[in-house]
Amino acid sequence: MKEQQKGMTIIVKTITRLTVGLILLFGIYIVANGHISPGGGFAGGVIIALSFIHIMLAFGKEDAFKKMNQGVASFFESIGAIIFITLANLGIAGGYFFLNFLSKGEPFKLFSSGLIPLYNIAISFKVGAGLFIIVVILMLFKITKEDEKK
Amino acid sequence: MFELQVLLVFMIIGALIAVKAKDLLSSVIAVGVVGLGLSLAFLILKAPDLAIAQLVVEILCVIILIRATIRKDLPFSTSGRWFFNTFITFLFMAVLLGFGYYCMRDLPQFGKPIMKVAQHFVNQGLRETGAANLVSSVVLDYRAYDTLGEATILFTAVLGVLAVMRKIGRKR
Amino acid sequence: MTVYFLCLVLFCIGLYCIVRKRNLIKIIIGIAIMEYSVNLFFILIGYKIGGRAPIHSSDQTILNMVDPLPQALVLTAIVIGLAVTALIAAIAIRVYEKYGTFDITKIRKLKG
Repeated sequence: MKEQQKGMTIIVKTITRLTVGLILLFGIYIVANGHISPGGGFAGGVIIALSFIHIMLAFGKEDAFKKMNQGVASFFESIGAIIFITLANLGIAGGYFFLNFLSKGEPFKLFSSGLIPLYNIAISFKVGAGLFIIVVILMLFKITKEDEKK
Repeated sequence: MFELQVLLVFMIIGALIAVKAKDLLSSVIAVGVVGLGLSLAFLILKAPDLAIAQLVVEILCVIILIRATIRKDLPFSTSGRWFFNTFITFLFMAVLLGFGYYCMRDLPQFGKPIMKVAQHFVNQGLRETGAANLVSSVVLDYRAYDTLGEATILFTAVLGVLAVMRKIGRKR
Repeated sequence: MTVYFLCLVLFCIGLYCIVRKRNLIKIIIGIAIMEYSVNLFFILIGYKIGGRAPIHSSDQTILNMVDPLPQALVLTAIVIGLAVTALIAAIAIRVYEKYGTFDITKIRKLKG
């Protein structure tokens, strides 16, 4: 076995490889069905962030950065904020800020209730990318002892 | 609501262990137990959105707190006016509990809320917004300014962590 | 009424932890416990006996629901609490790197 051990043991890595896709899929399901069942953008965004943190804890930070690095996370956070503000500003054309101008559709279907699913998607981008950036910064920090030498 | 009182006593015992434990790692795990009990309490109180959010947030909170626990030593000293300070703290807590009990008699009875605003949401929410989940329609349609402020606070927290933790540009 | 009082007792435990403990991690734990109790108090105010969860169903009409407004307020407060906890943890790690201890009575130097 020439394979250098980075991260945790082989059992944890195998289980991670099997389950991390399911966790990401569950997060996407919670975000998409946020307006007809329990869930929504906040919980779904945290689940999506947890799936990438799971990779980082099991495999080490190099393998996690191949999937999602800080530039991509920063892009998703910015795009979430831009979608949210743009949809809110489009309502001014019809009357006021945060106007729900799309048609409501038929209730209890996936494509219903106007702008609320789009708001959910924007919030999930913002929450997930923001929490992932926070955890990455906290994990990358190394304590240096240079201040104690004085 | 007998099961709710049992769950609250369980949470209080967990919080006491978290405060009094000698080992910092045990105390972080005990606060995780308190958060999971809070998630169960939300489920009993008919708030499934909050139960899901609290469950996943608690996992991330425990990860962050374990990262912050670098050393496990816990200094304990009885120097200074230890007895006097503890006595003052307990006296203040007793006064707070007394006034809290006095004020809570003016609150509405448990189980009979005053739903003056929310009655409109419950009756007309499905017709006005089209969303079946009323919490989602309140968060994103009726009170969307709250969500805008929450996004701003989250962005500010990320910027604060980045500013505290950065290495480049720090002159010596 | 008993439930309100137990919730206040939980708040007081967090307050004791903040006031009397000297370790920075213990202070973060106290802030987290106080935040839990405040969130729980909001939901206890809005509960209605015999009420259903505030989600409409397609095959029956539900008229007796719990109050959805405190749930919406607490949903944002939970995520904000996580962000604030992360910010305080970052400051605690930086203080440890600077002074080599978590004890707040040993942190005396203001600068340098």
